[in-house]
Amino acid sequence: MRAQFVLSEIGVGLRRNLTMTFAVIVSVALSLALFGGSLLMSDQVNTMKGYWYDKVNVSIFLCNKSDAESDPNCAKGAVTSEQKEQIQADLKKMSVVDTVAYESSDQAYKHYKEQFGDSPLASSLTPDQMQESYRIKLKDPEKYQVIATAFDGRDGVQSVQDQKGILDNLFGLLNGMNWAARAVMAMMLVVALMLIVNTVRVSAFSRRRETGIMRLVGASGFYIQAPFIAEAAVAGLIGGGVACGFLVIARYFIIDHGLALSEKLNLINFIGWDAVLTKLPLILATSLLMPALAAFFALRKYLKV
Amino acid sequence: MIRFDNVSKVYPKQSRPALRDVSLEVERGEFVFLVGSSGSGKSTFLRLILREERCSQGQVHVLGKDLARLSNWKVPQMRRQLGTVFQDFRLLPNKTVGENVAFAQEVIGKSRGEIRKSVPQVLDLVGLGGKEDRRPGELSGGEQQRVAIARAFVNRPKLLIADEPTGNLDPQTSVGIMKLLDRINRTGTTVVMATHDQNIVDQMRKRVIELEKGRLVRDQARGVYGYQH
Repeated sequence: MRAQFVLSEIGVGLRRNLTMTFAVIVSVALSLALFGGSLLMSDQVNTMKGYWYDKVNVSIFLCNKSDAESDPNCAKGAVTSEQKEQIQADLKKMSVVDTVAYESSDQAYKHYKEQFGDSPLASSLTPDQMQESYRIKLKDPEKYQVIATAFDGRDGVQSVQDQKGILDNLFGLLNGMNWAARAVMAMMLVVALMLIVNTVRVSAFSRRRETGIMRLVGASGFYIQAPFIAEAAVAGLIGGGVACGFLVIARYFIIDHGLALSEKLNLINFIGWDAVLTKLPLILATSLLMPALAAFFALRKYLKV
Repeated sequence: MIRFDNVSKVYPKQSRPALRDVSLEVERGEFVFLVGSSGSGKSTFLRLILREERCSQGQVHVLGKDLARLSNWKVPQMRRQLGTVFQDFRLLPNKTVGENVAFAQEVIGKSRGEIRKSVPQVLDLVGLGGKEDRRPGELSGGEQQRVAIARAFVNRPKLLIADEPTGNLDPQTSVGIMKLLDRINRTGTTVVMATHDQNIVDQMRKRVIELEKGRLVRDQARGVYGYQH
């Protein structure tokens, strides 16, 4: 196989089909940029989950005297010290529990004062209106339900609250956006594949004289197909390179500079460059192999031996 | 070299077979004319030899190989031992004469040194020495056909298939082409040529195979184009 001959054939093919080649490059670039973007979005959501789930607790709020009058959950009166001991002992036995911290009503009052200081509501509160609570950190934050079923409705317990539920709404939204991006990506990918198949067919058709002669003089199937497959792969790879450029630029302008979200949103910790860079080889490999395979199957019908 | 045993060919969606129970043998070094009116099965006969089609019944042997049992990926190897020439030359207009001939060697992976040596040689053989850098469009029909023959012969095939090679040429040019094919035949290459050209067949006095509606109706050594009924 003579490399120079094959390369010159590829060059001729790509130039002859310049508009189609351009369309292939753009559609591959867009679909793979979306593909990479959705991968990075999942990474971002996972990073945020890891960061926030570490900080969230499950809280078991206990009944106090004023709850005993107003809240049907506390109809049996304020929590007793036996009930508290029982709860603490049960928590220690549970394998999903990492740590347990007890917060007395005085401590709760102090925290409340720190957070809301001079608001009119805060000044009317007294320590015995605050609830005692257990703050539980779970080994796996997803296992909230275990705690809820064990303690919800138990005597002396007013409610079991999971802070993760609030975060989950946010993550749900981000995941939804991610799936939308993937749907768009899938459609772009189909468009890209159809364009590739069509481009390869047009290319094969415009060179049917050459391929016809190749067949007659006994060129192998691979030798006849290789230029077309390589053409598709080169166009795809250029598209993949553009997609990689998009991702790097997006990371640079959205997180570090330009929009500079990392400065404006201190509470969120963002994905690093490593997350972006590890996606690039995957994108480049996809951009090379996907068009090559599409071309291969497009030609199987077209260039029979 | 070529052996047909009771070969029939029916194309899909056609009731009448293109070839019907044809049996014949062509020996190494023979020169064979294949005659018959249009639609008599000449092209199908040639396509079966080239393994562009497979026969429906019977067996086709070419160069000692049973083509029905030759797997697809081995077909190119088989075709490298065949040369083909057509009525419409089938040259690449944007390549020079030399490049057209070299193309047949490039695509089967011959080395550059080999190509540089064999292309001028074969162009001399067909009488086009010194015209390597011309393009097919600058040549006469006869010269273009010589280029096509050079391309078919450059890999030194054992069998040359010619499908009406003089169909587009005037009688005088045709004679030149026939002399060239005769010379190639004398190097030991078997030639099978389908033709409508009565003068040529009558002059050459080679073996004649006649097909009619898919049947083999005549196989005659040193024959002429048609019987006088």
